[in-house]
Amino acid sequence: MESIFLKTSTDVEIALRKTTKRTLEDFKALISPSGGKFLEEMAGLSYNLTRKRFGNTIQLYAPLYLSNECQNICTYCAFSFDNKIKRITLTEERIMEEVSVLKKLGFNHILIVTGEAIQSVGMEYFRKMLPLIRPHFSHISFEVQPLDEPDYRELKSLGVNTVLVYQETYNKQDYKLFHPRGKKSNFYFRLETPDRLGKADIHKIGLGVLLGLGKKDKQGSTWRTNSFFCALHLHYLEKIYWKTKFSVSFPRLRPIEIAGPVLINKKKVDNGATNSSTTKYFDEGISDKELVQLICAYRIFNPELELSISTRESESFRDNIINLGVTTMSAGSKTNPGGYSHSNNFEKITSSDEKMSLQQFEISDERSPKIISEMLKQKGFEPVWKDWDRSFELIPHEI
Amino acid sequence: MDSLIIAGKIFSSRLLTGTGKFGSCKIMRESLIASGTSLVTVALKRIDPGNGEDEILKYLSKTHSTEENATWDLLPNTSGVRTAKEAVFAARLAREALETNWIKLEIHPDPKYLLPDPVETLKAAEELVKLGFIVLPYCHADVVLCKKLEEVGCAAVMPLGSPIGSNQGLQMKSMLEIIIDQSNIPVVVDAGIGAPSDASLAMEMGADAVLVNTAIAVSQNPVAMGKAFKLAVEAGRLAFEARLGVKIKHAEASSPLTAFLE
Repeated sequence: MESIFLKTSTDVEIALRKTTKRTLEDFKALISPSGGKFLEEMAGLSYNLTRKRFGNTIQLYAPLYLSNECQNICTYCAFSFDNKIKRITLTEERIMEEVSVLKKLGFNHILIVTGEAIQSVGMEYFRKMLPLIRPHFSHISFEVQPLDEPDYRELKSLGVNTVLVYQETYNKQDYKLFHPRGKKSNFYFRLETPDRLGKADIHKIGLGVLLGLGKKDKQGSTWRTNSFFCALHLHYLEKIYWKTKFSVSFPRLRPIEIAGPVLINKKKVDNGATNSSTTKYFDEGISDKELVQLICAYRIFNPELELSISTRESESFRDNIINLGVTTMSAGSKTNPGGYSHSNNFEKITSSDEKMSLQQFEISDERSPKIISEMLKQKGFEPVWKDWDRSFELIPHEI
Repeated sequence: MDSLIIAGKIFSSRLLTGTGKFGSCKIMRESLIASGTSLVTVALKRIDPGNGEDEILKYLSKTHSTEENATWDLLPNTSGVRTAKEAVFAARLAREALETNWIKLEIHPDPKYLLPDPVETLKAAEELVKLGFIVLPYCHADVVLCKKLEEVGCAAVMPLGSPIGSNQGLQMKSMLEIIIDQSNIPVVVDAGIGAPSDASLAMEMGADAVLVNTAIAVSQNPVAMGKAFKLAVEAGRLAFEARLGVKIKHAEASSPLTAFLE
């Protein structure tokens, strides 16, 4: 992947100014170190392309965590099997409590998230809880373990519109290093998941890499090479599964609490935690400037692509990034199962340490959906709560 | 100026508009009022008819607060559906929710370029007509397809000027000219109209109406742009009715070539 780093300012200028369709070589130029020198120009172009395609709107969604049980070891994730936290899988009753709060907050699009625990959180569980959740929302996204094609077909019939599956890293060695155990350790099974989703005719597929994960390459960044492979993957998928919609997300590694001596990118950061058994780790694999460069590069490369940003990012970053290419954002997220309906109770019955330990990652932007919605309006954006209709998925077996 | 008539209904304006991409519902309503539009299309997927307080529907209603009254009827569309079956189902829901049997039929299985599926569109149009709908199909600028849509009973055809949302204008001009020439039902040029001059050109060519969304909604001043399109559509139509002079690309011979016959 030398070629990304060999791109010159001239390559970037060509990519920015051409009026024909941009290629993967242009994408390389845009994400290259040389591209960083054209950030303002990239931002302007990205802004205009986004407005033309998506208008002055931002779609809002919320994640709904159903379980933090997980049999995988992912060294960066708080749900990792070897992390000693309290494990919860929501019952039907508690799911409905969560649904009720999310509806009151105004959400119509939700993202269902679980860890990978085949016994307790497999297809059988999904069959039981999807019919409960589905009638309440217009659009349901799923972020669960990779499944087989027939399972995806069944999920579609149960009302799942979108499936997100992030490769985390496209580097095989790094992948092995960060996913040493569990079903997830199979690099190729994960890599081929979008193909299975496409074949199962899932309407939308979400791709992404965990930005900051992996061994640093020459220039001290891992995100460029990984993001190029993600764009290559997208490019391949779009041509084969031409009826499928795609989105890309930009998860940056966030501080998490991990029990035990796990290091990320060999970097340990003292956050002043009083409990010596938990230490926060994070990575500086991608700066704010570089993340903006990456988001703009995707937009310029692919003007029709949905780009999503979560509450992992800070308030000020999110407030500003909505001008630069992002089309979708979460708001008021809770990343612990039961977090919406039991957040107050929880504080009463458990220590704050325990409450924190249930989260997959720490939320950086904790503002409520209402405040986010007001912020968007102030900036001249219409918050979109509904952009799909349940009825579109009732076909053909229900008529 | 002649009035636009679709399915026996008279419309005061030949400008149809969309409702997507506006920065707020308030700006949307003000822009639509400024445009003088008489038919406004709204995506079923964006509205929540079950919710009595749906924001978009509220701002699209005939009367809203103390502002000027709306001049338009609503035209629900099936944007988002990928097959004829889905379209028929969505149209039925829209009829129930918005109490209109008018439907803008849009079937685009390709979510990237949003290009209409001619095969499924024709199938759905035929069925919807049988079910009593007034069908206005969004379609390619395909002359034969437009004739077939007419034959199955569509109330108008809505061929695209260029890819939707592209602001590229009338890239399909040659085909649109033939469609307009051949059609016995109104031709509404839909998609790709990026500037008032594009709208004028379509009207001068004899299109019965145009549908504009992105060019108004995403402009720096949507209200002013709505008005600009209103004027452009009127100017183009007046010019068409007044019969434009024929453009001549070559010079006229100074001594008539047929003088020797006299």
